[in-house]
Amino acid sequence: MATSRFADIQQAPPIEVFHVMKAFSDSTHEKKVNLSVGAYRTDEAKPWVLPVVRKVEAELAADMTLNHEYLPILGLESFSTAAAKMLLGATHPAITEGRMTSVQVLSGTGGLRIAAEFLHRILKYNTFYFSTPTWGNHRLIFTQAGFTDVKQYRYWDGKTKGLDFDGMIEDLQNAPENSVVILHACAHNPTGVDPTQDQWKKIADVMEERKLFPLFDSAYQGFASGDLDKDAWAVRLFAERGFEMIATQSFSKNFGLYNERIGNLMIIVKDPSVIIPMRSQITLLVRGSYSNPPSHGARIVSRVLNDEALFGEWKECIKIMSGRIIEMRKGLQERLEKLGTPGTWNHITAQIGMFSFTGLSAEQSKYLAEKYHIYLLSSGRINMCGLTTGNIDYVAEAINDAVCNVKA
Amino acid sequence: MAVAGPRTLNLVRQNQASIQHVCSRASSWWSGVEMGPPDAILGVTEAFKRDTNPKKMNLGVGAYRDDNGKPFVLPSVRKAEELIVSQKLDKEYLPISGSAEFCKHAITLALGSDSPVIADGLNVTVQGISGTGALRIGSTFLSKFFPGAKNVWLPAPTWGNHVPIFKHVNMDVKQYRYYDPKTCGFDFSGAMEDISKIPKGSLIMLHACAHNPTGVDPKAEQWDEMSKVIKERELLPFFDMAYQGFASGDVAKDAYAVRKFLADGHKICLSQSFSKNMGLYGERAGAFTIVCNDKDEAARVLSQVKILIRPLYSNPPLHGARIVSTILSNPELNSIWLKDVKGMADRIINMRTKLKENLAKEGSIRDWSHITDQIGMFCFTGMTPDQVEKLTKRIFCVPDKGWTYLSCWYCFQ
Repeated sequence: MATSRFADIQQAPPIEVFHVMKAFSDSTHEKKVNLSVGAYRTDEAKPWVLPVVRKVEAELAADMTLNHEYLPILGLESFSTAAAKMLLGATHPAITEGRMTSVQVLSGTGGLRIAAEFLHRILKYNTFYFSTPTWGNHRLIFTQAGFTDVKQYRYWDGKTKGLDFDGMIEDLQNAPENSVVILHACAHNPTGVDPTQDQWKKIADVMEERKLFPLFDSAYQGFASGDLDKDAWAVRLFAERGFEMIATQSFSKNFGLYNERIGNLMIIVKDPSVIIPMRSQITLLVRGSYSNPPSHGARIVSRVLNDEALFGEWKECIKIMSGRIIEMRKGLQERLEKLGTPGTWNHITAQIGMFSFTGLSAEQSKYLAEKYHIYLLSSGRINMCGLTTGNIDYVAEAINDAVCNVKA
Repeated sequence: MAVAGPRTLNLVRQNQASIQHVCSRASSWWSGVEMGPPDAILGVTEAFKRDTNPKKMNLGVGAYRDDNGKPFVLPSVRKAEELIVSQKLDKEYLPISGSAEFCKHAITLALGSDSPVIADGLNVTVQGISGTGALRIGSTFLSKFFPGAKNVWLPAPTWGNHVPIFKHVNMDVKQYRYYDPKTCGFDFSGAMEDISKIPKGSLIMLHACAHNPTGVDPKAEQWDEMSKVIKERELLPFFDMAYQGFASGDVAKDAYAVRKFLADGHKICLSQSFSKNMGLYGERAGAFTIVCNDKDEAARVLSQVKILIRPLYSNPPLHGARIVSTILSNPELNSIWLKDVKGMADRIINMRTKLKENLAKEGSIRDWSHITDQIGMFCFTGMTPDQVEKLTKRIFCVPDKGWTYLSCWYCFQ
């Protein structure tokens, strides 16, 4: 057989979350539980297409005036304007003073990638910071975009199962000027631990003093607390403080539009005159990557955000999703405390959003998979959406067993 | 705004540190951001939109228009969308490589249902953000894993966006002769000569059919010859197929070159777009394929391709891909689609014929046979920039180099 050019290509290491999902999928155990995937599930452990989304999709399909023409390179403007207003508040000075620009992107990942390429190629930044731990893809996105100086700031405190605030501040204080700092706007992934408002203020102080560049990853606005304004508090604080900054928004979770890849990249500047050249440069990045973004998800979100009645319906949906998650958190903590599971468990309700860093070790996680067919990540991260009224007792008992009998 | 001369720029450069210090309070992160060059094609559409002349025509942008000059949503696409809505499917994340069903149907359309490559599992096919996205997955993969020189040989001319797609991943672009302005046709001898001199083991890009922007395609016999010389030079052929079915109206005919190269033993790369042939422009449905030596290699290559896609956008959008696989998997919808795409291709061919006839009727003594010899959406008219400017001033908006988009021509009675 002729030698191939690609004969030397090695098998790439598997990405853990997909690996664990496959293990769950392959399992035939009747009580199996998937606590790994990052998507919302109903109390029946099913995916949920928001009723308001179904309604709008049916309208779009029936609308004979609509076609499938290319969107502009920077996407559907009615979408990105509405998305930015949702994040900043419609009357935010950055918007009213013309100092904010935003473009449609391929969900959160796509937004982060375009942001990273812009910051590295155009602004020539080369240092970026991410929290320890963070979403697995942050590092890969930035290094693929060309950043070579990879740094981390302390975040998760294994002892308190909360924020290592002093460690975080110290690391930011030692950061070189112009470092890009990736911040989770709310519902930190994977820990669920968010800074308090006072802590955010101090973080802003340090970043201002050290001239660090804030990049907010906002993937859960509304989905965390059920309140859009509350979940945008940190982003708005930084904007009010006068930072020039970037925020990427994902509509995967809060709209349940996972596979439509709908996101927004928002930039706030001091001087409006830089916006046109900036957009022209982002245009070039997009053109060489995918030309223009997909239309479907943008149409759905735009229609909802720009229609009062639909917007109201959608806000009810996010209350339902965030409410169920909060209920499961309460339920799990109560059961673990009732079982007398060693350790403290209040972090489960102190944390917020889809994910919880339970504090379980890799060994304990493995035990849960092997004995109970409960699948979670080796970091001890669980997706609260995997819990239902039907399986919460089973999971609590299994965790209790693991903590009691398997060395951390 | 006045442009700074060289002396001023030098002064600025020399005093940069002090200038920065003075400006530090008011300085912005963005002050060094330069204006990017405008997009030539989209600029034409801007001009068209601004023009108030009732007889204006846009012969610039590459999207199909019906005989009323309107965008066309294919009947098969409408039907597929109704079907999809009624199925009430979920919106869960696709795998990184996209919809497996879509990928299977896309590559089967390209290679034929009897393809041994598919039967033997030699193809790595992943969903891409339409043609551009598929090309970018390809260029990213090749920039990392291609064992040869990190260059790509492109036909002269080629689609403008090919260049940044490769340059963004730090690959160099080179050219081989393709278009002959004297004949407004294919420079076969020039192409063969240049290709035979390409360093062995290099990467060569080929337009599978309906070359963009010239509309000039090699004949079947010429493809056969090119296949031989490309084999001799041990080049890796990367086919860009954005118009399958849309060019001749026949999906098998338009895939001739791709299928012939595979039959000749080439291991190709292929990008496919469903923007034009299914009118799904804004839904970004496309696929990228690498043909591998064996199943094991295919598995390894796929694992690496996925690592490259994840930090781009994690996983692709479903809507467009779902429409494509709904159509291709449903015999009734598939046959409606084949009629739809033939209808579009026929209208374009009809416009070419009428244009050529009308030019003769208008008294033009020039040889306009290239208009009907060329194929697909685009036509390299052979007009000079001066002539283009005259046309633009009168009624039409035509991009700079004299190419024009055929389906925008109204049918003159």
